[in-house]
Amino acid sequence: MVTAKRKVLAICFTASAMLAAAGGVTANSELLKMQQNANDWVMPNGNYASTRYSELNQITAKNVKDLKVAWTFSTGVLRGHEGGPLVMGDVMYVHTPFPNKVFALDLNDDGRIIWKYEPRQDTSVIPVMCCDTVNRGLAYGDGKIIMSQADTTLVALDAKTGKKVWSVKNGDPSKGETSTAAPMVVKDKVYIGVSGGEFGVRGSLTAYSLKDGKQVWRGYSMGPDSDTLLDPQKTTHLGKPVGKDSGINTWKGDQWKIGGGATWGWYSYDPDENLVYYGSGNPSTWNPVQRPGDNRWSMTIFARDADTGMARWVYQMTPHDEWDYDGINEMILVDQKINGKMRKALVHFDRNGFGYTMDRVTGELLVAEKFDPAVNWATHVDMKTGRPQVVAKYSTHQNGEDVNSTGICPAALGTKDQQPASYSPRTGLFYVPTNHVCMDYEPFEVSYTAGQPYVGATLSMYPAPGGNNLGNFIAWDADKGKIVWSNEEPFSVWSGALSTAGDVVFYGTLEGYLKAVDAKSGKELYRFKTPSGIIGNVNTYMHNGKQYIAVLSGLGGWAGIGMAAGLTDPTAGLGAVGAYASLSNYTQLGGTLTVFTLPD
Amino acid sequence: MLHFRFSKPILLATLALTYSITCYATPSKADYKSFQPSPDQPYYFEDGKVDFGTYNGFRRYHADCHVCHGPAGLGSSYAPALLDSLKVMTWGDFVNVVISGREGRDNMIMPSFAKNVDIVTNLSDIYAYLKARADGVIGATRPAKFPKVKKLIADN
Ligand code: HEC
Repeated sequence: MVTAKRKVLAICFTASAMLAAAGGVTANSELLKMQQNANDWVMPNGNYASTRYSELNQITAKNVKDLKVAWTFSTGVLRGHEGGPLVMGDVMYVHTPFPNKVFALDLNDDGRIIWKYEPRQDTSVIPVMCCDTVNRGLAYGDGKIIMSQADTTLVALDAKTGKKVWSVKNGDPSKGETSTAAPMVVKDKVYIGVSGGEFGVRGSLTAYSLKDGKQVWRGYSMGPDSDTLLDPQKTTHLGKPVGKDSGINTWKGDQWKIGGGATWGWYSYDPDENLVYYGSGNPSTWNPVQRPGDNRWSMTIFARDADTGMARWVYQMTPHDEWDYDGINEMILVDQKINGKMRKALVHFDRNGFGYTMDRVTGELLVAEKFDPAVNWATHVDMKTGRPQVVAKYSTHQNGEDVNSTGICPAALGTKDQQPASYSPRTGLFYVPTNHVCMDYEPFEVSYTAGQPYVGATLSMYPAPGGNNLGNFIAWDADKGKIVWSNEEPFSVWSGALSTAGDVVFYGTLEGYLKAVDAKSGKELYRFKTPSGIIGNVNTYMHNGKQYIAVLSGLGGWAGIGMAAGLTDPTAGLGAVGAYASLSNYTQLGGTLTVFTLPD
Repeated sequence: MLHFRFSKPILLATLALTYSITCYATPSKADYKSFQPSPDQPYYFEDGKVDFGTYNGFRRYHADCHVCHGPAGLGSSYAPALLDSLKVMTWGDFVNVVISGREGRDNMIMPSFAKNVDIVTNLSDIYAYLKARADGVIGATRPAKFPKVKKLIADN
C-alpha cells in the first residue's frame, strides 16, 4: 500500500513536469487533486477552502490520549514561528521567520535534511516589520516551493533540489512594505499580498506567473478603478454596484495613497466560481481623525477573478476603522444550510469580533454575530447596510484626538487575529482560536515619513472584564451565529486549529501546550508541552501507513510583544500587574517542530 | 516649528542640520506650571501625577517603541527592557541610540529614528517617561497627568 502510494506520487511529479514542458498548461489540476489527498498537506490551510480539516482518522477521540512524540527538529531561529510545514509524499517542507530559511526534510529518515535554502536579506527590513519577523508559510505548485521573504522577494525553489528557479520583488521595504504572508498557487499563477499598514503602505494583491515570476495583475485596496480592478457597474457591495472610483471618493485628499489596507493574511479559492477570497487591513494611520470618511476598501473582503483580478464583489466590514480591526483573517469556504437554504458560504471570523457568514457567489451578507460576548464597540451589524452600529462611548473618533477611550472590547489584537480556524463537516462546527482582551485607545496627530512608523495612537491592553483569561477556544455555529462551547485559556490562543475525521480538534497555546479536544464537547483529551510557546498552525499527514500531527513552536509575533512582558490592568491599579503572570515564566524563545504519532 | 523640551550638545550635533531646536531656560521645579524639564530632572511628579510632557512620552512610546520594547518599557522577546536601560543610560546615550540606531547580536536591530519627525520632536518626552519608569516613580499603567501648560518661552 505504501509503495503504491509513493509510485502514484512519482507519476504525479513526472506528469506535471511534462505538462510544464508542454507550455505549463495546467499545473492547476495537479494541485486541485493534491489538496484532496488527506495523506499530504499541500497548502498552509490544508485545502483551497481553508477548512484545516483532514479525513485522516487513525487518531481518534478515543486513542488521542496515547499520542507520543515521534521526532523533533530545531529550526535554529529564535523569533516567532507562525504557519506550519507542508507535506508531500516522503518530504516535509519547513520554513522559518527571518532570515526565512526553508528545509526539505526526509520523512523516511526521521527528518534528515535533504536541502536547505537561506536567502541573503538586508537586515534593515527587520525594523519595518511591525510585529516580529514572522512568516506564515510556503506554497507548492508545479514542482516548486514558493515563499514570500520578509523583504517582499517572492522566490520559487525547485522542490527536489532547493535551487532557485526565479524570484521577483513584490514591494519596497524602504517604504515600509514587507511580507509575512504565505502565497497561494492557483492554476498557473501565484498570489501574494503585502504587509505594512503601520507604515502607510497601500495594500495590494498581486498575481505572478508560476512559470517565471512575471507579474500578471495587481489589485490595490484603494485608489482609482484602474488600480483597484473594480468595475463601477459590475463589482457589487451587498448587491449594489460600487460606482466610479469607490477606492478614492471616501478619502480626504490624497490620504488614500498612504491608506493602508495591507493584505497580509490568508487567501482562499473556489474553483467553481474561479474566485480568490481575501481581506484587507486597517486604514493608515491609526488616528481616525486624520482620515475622515469610510476609507474604502480597507477592512474589506474581496472576491476577485483568479485570472483577471477583477473584483466580483467586496464587503467592507469596518468602515472608517477607529480600533485597528484588520479584516485579513482567513475566509473559510463551506457549503452549508444557512437559514434553511443550502448556500455556498464564506465564513470569516473578523478581528472586530463579529463572525460573518456570507454567500460567496453573490457577496450577500447572511449572518453577522459576536463570537465573544465581551465585544462592545458595536451593538450589532445592520443587515441591510452591513454597517456595524458603533457605540459612541467607544468611538475613538467621536471622543477625539488626545482623548483616551477606555474599556473597548476587543483590543486591537482583535477577538481573533490571523491564527486560522478550522471547520469539520462531520460536526458542522467551526473551531476558533480567540483573544479575550480589551483596550484603552488614544489617537493623536502624526506625520508621514516614508519607511517610518505611521501609527498615531497609543493603547493599553488587559483581559476582558470578569476574568483573568486572555483567550478562549470556541466551537461556532455559522448558521445560528452562536457559540456552541467555549474553553477558557490563560493566554490568547494564537495557534491555527486542525480538525480531523477522528473527531479530534488540535491547537497550540502560548505556554507551549499542544492540546487535543473532543470535537463535539470541547473536553480536553490530551496535552503535551512543547519547547516554546505555540503561535504556529497544527497540521496532519500520513506516512508509511501512520497518521502524524505536526506543529511549530517558537514564541513571538504580536502575542510575544504584549504578553511576554505581562499585561497591564488600568482599572485595578499597579498592584494587579503581577496578577497576570508573565508568559516568560512559562516559556522561552526558540523554533522547534514537534511531530506526534500513536505508539505501534 | 519643531522643538525639544531640553537639549544637549550631542543632540544639537546630530540634528542641527535637519531641525531647528528650541532651548529652554534654566530648569526649575516649583510646580507643574513653572516646571522646566532638563536632562537631570526630565519629569515632574506630584500627587501621583506627571507633567503633560511625560504623559505625552507615555503615548509616543506606546505608539512607536512598544512594538519592540514591550508595554511600559518592560522589554519583549526581541528588544531590551528600557526600564532597566534607563537606570544606567544618560540622555546623551539615549539620544545617540535612538537617532543613530544600533545593530546588536542575532539580527537584533534598533532602527534609526533620525528621519521620524514624530519621534525626534517628542524625544525628550519619551525620555522623561522612561526615566520616570526607571526611577520607579510611575507604574506600568497609563500615568495620571497635570493639564497641558502653554509654553511661555518663544521658539528660537
Ligand atoms: C524594530 C524594533 C525596535 C523599535 C521599534 C524600537 N527599538 Fe529600541 N532597540 C531595539 C533593539 C533590538 C535594541 C537592542 C540593540 C542591541 O542589542 O544593540 C534596542 C535598543 C534600544 C536602546 C538601548 C538600550 C540599551 O540598553 O542599550 C534604547 C535607548 C532604545 N532602543 C530606545 C528606543 C525608543 C525610544 C524607541 C521608540 C522611539 C525604540 N527604541 C524603538 C529594537 C527596537
